[in-house]
Formats: sequence, structure tokens, C-alpha cells
Amino acid sequence: MIAFLLKRTANAAFVMLAVALLAFVIFRFFGDPVEMMVNEQATQADRMELRERLGLNDSFVTQYTRFVSNAAQGNFGISYRNQQDVMVLIKERFPATFELVLVATVISLVVGIPAGVITAVYRESRLANMLQLGSIVGVSLPSFVVGILLILAFSVSLGWLPAFGRGETMDIGWWSTGLLTPSGRAALVLPAISLSTFQVTLVMRLVRAEMLETLRADYVKFARARGVPARRVHWRHALRNCLMPVITLTGMQIGNLIAFALVTETVFQWPGMGMLFIQAVTFVDIPVMAAYLMIVSFIFVALNTCVDITYAWVDPRLRDDTARAGGRNG
Amino acid sequence: MRLRQLFLVSAAAFSLAGAVQAENVLKWGANRDIGSLDPYSYGDSFTINVLNHVYEGLVRYNKDLKIEPALAESWEILDDKITWRFHLRHGVTFHNGNPFTAADVVASLTRVSDDTSPLKGNLPAYVSSKAVDDYTVDITLNGTYPLLLNDLTNIHIFDKEWMVEHDALMPTDIGAGTEGYATYHANGTGPFIVESRQPDAKTVFVANPNWWDEPQHNLDRIELTPVNSAATRVAALLSGEISFTNDAPVQDLPRLAAAPNVEVLEGVDLRTVLIGFPFRETLTNGEPNPFVKKSVREALYKAIDLDLIQQKVMRGKSRIAGATVAPPIPGYVDALDTVPGFDPEASKVLLAQAGVPEGLEFEFNCLSDGLVNEEQFCQAIASMWSRIGLAPKLDVAPRAVQSPKRTNGKTDVYTLGWATLPLLDSYSPLLQIFHSKDGNAGVFNWGGWSYPELDKLIDAAGSELDLDARLALQTKALEMVKDEMIMIPLHQQPMAWAVTQDVEQMPLFPDAKPRLWFARMASGS
Repeated sequence: MIAFLLKRTANAAFVMLAVALLAFVIFRFFGDPVEMMVNEQATQADRMELRERLGLNDSFVTQYTRFVSNAAQGNFGISYRNQQDVMVLIKERFPATFELVLVATVISLVVGIPAGVITAVYRESRLANMLQLGSIVGVSLPSFVVGILLILAFSVSLGWLPAFGRGETMDIGWWSTGLLTPSGRAALVLPAISLSTFQVTLVMRLVRAEMLETLRADYVKFARARGVPARRVHWRHALRNCLMPVITLTGMQIGNLIAFALVTETVFQWPGMGMLFIQAVTFVDIPVMAAYLMIVSFIFVALNTCVDITYAWVDPRLRDDTARAGGRNG
Repeated sequence: MRLRQLFLVSAAAFSLAGAVQAENVLKWGANRDIGSLDPYSYGDSFTINVLNHVYEGLVRYNKDLKIEPALAESWEILDDKITWRFHLRHGVTFHNGNPFTAADVVASLTRVSDDTSPLKGNLPAYVSSKAVDDYTVDITLNGTYPLLLNDLTNIHIFDKEWMVEHDALMPTDIGAGTEGYATYHANGTGPFIVESRQPDAKTVFVANPNWWDEPQHNLDRIELTPVNSAATRVAALLSGEISFTNDAPVQDLPRLAAAPNVEVLEGVDLRTVLIGFPFRETLTNGEPNPFVKKSVREALYKAIDLDLIQQKVMRGKSRIAGATVAPPIPGYVDALDTVPGFDPEASKVLLAQAGVPEGLEFEFNCLSDGLVNEEQFCQAIASMWSRIGLAPKLDVAPRAVQSPKRTNGKTDVYTLGWATLPLLDSYSPLLQIFHSKDGNAGVFNWGGWSYPELDKLIDAAGSELDLDARLALQTKALEMVKDEMIMIPLHQQPMAWAVTQDVEQMPLFPDAKPRLWFARMASGS
């Protein structure tokens, strides 16, 4: 088991290094930060000097090594545009993104699971057909379109909910939360719905498929034969056995949601990490882009590694496989 | 963190106060956020514009964009012609209560001209400054230079004691990787005080009750919220969540104008859109460069249907330009503002006479995040040029990607928008675009041309202290630019702001900078 753990951790570290390398390769195509930093009257000599001071003239290998060794100590430098410590910037934005993702996940479960059960149990009913149709819309509409439609309906026409921003926030230690104020909660509704549309349909379809499978199982038939009420059979016995993959999927999808929240954040001007990243791209703010990519990939790698380790712990066969064949790659 | 706590406390205080008395709160939805609270650490004109509400210069632009006294009451040029003496205003205090004195001016000029300041170029002629007494400052320049006042409109004055106390005498050096106090805090003399700031979410300003000038505005608070997405900005305006935006998207103007609670403020920007040519020996593909010949540039000029672009691409809202500067800019004369007219047949003849091969390929470099409808007018122009037998290769990408190509001569034909900021004088394009590359001059001479005679005119203007004589020289230089067709002027682009009915008065400035100390809200809103 210890060998397995070491191996997984080494794998994770390798993935992180590779992400950093890729990031640095990509940055070369983002353009020149110095052109964005100086004012119009700066001379060519001023520009060259600034480039030199930022270390942009160093070779690729030197820049990469410097970044990795600094990052390993948790030092990502300061933002070109905001002149703020990058870790502080990200730490300030993380709660906003995390709360958005959390609420979107809750919505996806609360809506997706019952919808999945209904479409599986009452396959031919009108409600099930409508839900199925809705799920196709949910899968195919890009989330920024959903966002704009929601704004149009609930902010412009009805005037119920704010179109942008996070409302008032309260601080709990370094964590700023919008969940404790009325305006914060109101501001959260539209972005969370917009972010969760895809997730809702994903959960619903997964639950439906699993339910269809489970409803054919012997124990369901026995339960029915024994005269257990249909409701109890469906919602307790069958559903429970469907939830394992749903939980795994939800856990893994959190990484995805954090990464894809940037579209929703842009539409709703949500002051989260995605917004920060988009701004950084516009201004070629390399320290912020690098740190964001590292942190998001760290979340991905950490989630996957945890899942792998849990699987291995639950099922020793996986562990043996790993020892022999190198294991599955998250 | 501290800022946010402050914000919470004051928010609570204000919600209590709000119950008693209605406040005039202007909710400003901008298309982007300011970089930081330090105007000297990132060369960004929007940040400087916003922070101008907090910090002031020795002089400022008035409502007609003419220079008037601000923190300096008067000035004169001393006998050596290179030293300017400024007499400072008495009784001005910074937001923290410190008095404004000559030492503050010297410290601020030292800060902005430091080697680590990206704004160093904003004071091109500055050599040194010294305090003569508490209310007199001498600024020494590197030669006779007429535009110091124009430069000083954008040089914000900091409080020296405050900078010393917080170790902020030098601008934040990004290369060194340490933060600066002025990034998070501001202490100016201006009409508004920064109350709180959450980057990318909200920056709140409150009116300065101790401002030295008689306020023309009736605002109590300004809440600056960046709303990057154009659709969201429009929605927020329609729903009244913001009361002002300085970037109303062109495609949504009819919709906004039709809304009962919104008023659209339209005008023509000072920014003139130009097309530049390469003057190097070869094009980027290694072929000989035909654009060095004036007749070829003329052919390309005559092939552009300016009216069509104005009507279709710019939806009738731009102003066709013949001169390289807009009419309000000193140095402009009507005689400059003529266009040769659309004549593709003449273009073909000119190209044939110049021996330009059929199907000549060249790069045409445009920005996707630059001028108003830039991508569209570039496409239109590219197709107009292909109709006279050329093969322009359109290259559209964001500014950050295109800038290195442009400055390093890695492209051929390109677009450039020039508003003459911050000088608001035709000396600005002459020096920075049309002069040969030489230190501070010709930084935007991306085509690499050199007209010694033109340089002489510009240099003479740059050291001529008499206004009329200087403008005559500049007009002559602009004529030369026009005759040689060094660049093709297209149009002055449209600008649009929008306000809700809560806003009673919002003067629109052709340099596209909001100056909210002139804004008034309808009372009781």
C-alpha cells in the first residue's frame, strides 16, 4: 500500500510539472505583457528595460525552472496588472468560485436525482418525456446562453434578481461568504442555475440509466412480490443502489465545474477565480495565469488521486493491478 | 482584508444613514476594472482617468478640455527658458488631512519619473524639480518644451508624508515581486475619496467635503463596478442596477434608446483611425515592398470606399476623416480635412504604372479588441483592396498578440487609432507616429519611415514656446503627412455612453474620459 501511495503521489507531481511546462509553452502565444504595461509615450529603451527586469528575456528553461522552484515554495510572484501578491488574489477569489460551484452541485443533485428517478420509473408519462426533452436542451445550450436568457427573464423583465455581481459579503476569517446576506443569496441564484444546467442533465441521465438497470434486479422484483409499496421500492431500495456512481461523478465533476465556472463568471461578473483568469489573459498577466492553471490542475489531480486511493483501499484488486501494470491514469 | 472590514463597517454605517436621508449614488458600470489604486504602477489610461477623481495634477482640463489651474494657481517660464516655476494653491489638504505643499510635488514627480515607473514616458522632457519655498516649485526640463502643462494634467500628486510613512516613495516594482502600499490605499486631494475597494467587484468613492474647489456635482457616492460582458452591462442598465456606463455597445444602442428609463449619449471620439504602411525594403514574405512608392499608397487610399464603411460598418455614426487629427485638436485646419474620393479604376491604373504585380500578397494586421468595429472594417477594406487586384492577408488577433509583431516590423499594413492622449495636441501624433524613430520620438513609427524635413518641422515645434508659431509649424507638418500619404486616415470613431433617468447631467467628453465631478443626479433619486 505504501508503494502504491508513493507511486500515485509521484504520478501527481509529474502531472503538475507537465502542466506547468505546457502552460509556459502556451504563454509564448499570449503576446507581450510589456506592451500592455507601459503607457503610449514609453520609449523602446524603456520597454526593453522593463522586459529585462521582469526576466522575460531569459531563456525558456531558466524561466520555467525559476517558476517551478518558486511555486514549490508557494511563491507565485505578484500580478503585473494589479501589483498584488498572486496567492492573495487567488485566495480572495476562491471562496466566490467555491460557493458558486457548491450551490450549483447541490442544485444538480436536488433536481437531477428526482428527475432521473421519474424518467426511469414512469418512462412513458408526459412528465418524463418533457424532462427528457428538457435534458436535451440542457445539454445542448451553452451555459453563457443560459446565463443571458436568465438575466433577460429575471433581471430585465421581472426585476427579481440582480444581473451581476456577488451582492454583500461577510467575512469569516479569510473566507468571504455571500450565503449569509440576503443580497448575497439573491445574487447567487442565477449564476448557480446557469452553471448547473449541464450538471443537472448529467446527473439525471446517470440516475435514469442506473435506475433502469436496478429496477430489473432480483431484489426489486422480490420486494415488489412481497408487496412493498412501489414508492418505497423506487425511492429507497432502488435509488440507494444507484447513488454510488452519482457520488463519484459529482466529486470528480467539482474540478470541472471550478474550471468551467469561468464562462458563468464572465457573464455574471462573478468575482471568482475564472474572472481573474480571463482578465489575466487579456492583460497577459503571466504570474496570475500560471498560478491559476497550477491551482486548478492541482484540484483536478488531488481529486483524482484521492479517488484512486479510495478505490484501491476499497478494492485490493486494483492495488495489485497497479503493482503490475502501472495502474489507471486519472 | 482590512479594506473589506472597513467596507463592512462603513456599509453598515451607511445603511443606517441611508434610512434618514436619501443619497445621490452614481452606480458606474464600466467595461473593465481599474488595475489598482496606484496610478503610477501600470501604464493604463483608464486607471489614470478613474483615479483622477481621487488624485489631481498641478493643472487639469476644464469642461471644454482647455487647461486650467488646479493644484497650481499660476506658473511662468524663467529666463533660462527651461525652468518652469509653479505657484501652488494654498489651503489644500489631502484626504488624510495633511497640508499640500511643494515637497509633495517634488516627491510625486520623483516617483513618476523613477526608472521602475511604467509612466516615466509621460514626462518626456522632465529633468529635475526643487521646492523654492513651501508653495513654489521649479521644474527643470531638458530643453525648451511647450507641452509641459499638457503632460502635467495626468501627473497625479501624492502626499509625501503619507508615502514616507508607508514606504511608498517609489512605484511598485513588479520585477522585484513585492507589493506596495499605494496599490491598496489612496490619499489624494481630489473631489472624491476612496472608501473601499474589492478588485473586480466594486470600488466605492465618497464625495470629499473638504475639496478646495466649488463642487459642480451633487454626488454623494460613486460605486464603480466592472461589468465585462456587454450583454450583462446592457441588462444591468435596463434593470437599473447601474445608472451609468461609459461603454454602451454599438449594436445595442437602438434597444437602449428605446427603453423608457435609459438615455443614450452619443458623440464622436477624438480618436482618429489610421492605416499604416511598411517602408522597409521588403515585405514580411521577402518580396520587394511596393508601398515605399507614394503612388501605391495613393492607389490603396482611392480603393477604399469611405462612405460605404461609414454607412454600413459604422452604422452612420462615425465621422469620415481627411486629417490625421480630429477638429478640436490644436493644429487642425479645415484645409487638411479632404479625402481623395473613391476611384478603384484610378487605383488600378496607379498600381499598373508603379509595376505592382497582380495578386500582390501582404499582411494586413488588425486587432480583435482594439477600435470600434475594427474587425468588420478591416474585412471590408481587405475586400476592397482585393477588388483592385491585390491579395491582402487579414491577420486579426488581440492587442497583446499583435503588438509585438507591429513594433518589431513583423507585419506589413496595420491599423492604428490615435486620440492624441494625454496631450490633446497634434504634437502627439507628429512626435510619436510620424517622426523618425529616435528615443522618445517615433515610438509608434511602426512602418519605419523617415522624412528628415518633417522631423525638422516637428523638432522645431517641440521647442517653440509661442503657441501660434508652434501650431503653424504643426499644421505644416500635418500637411506634409497628408501630401505624402504616410498613413491613410479613415474616420473618427463613434462613442456612446448611457445613463438611466436618475442621472440628470453627464457631460460627454470627446476624449472618452468620464469626469464625474461634472455629473449631477436628479434630486431625490
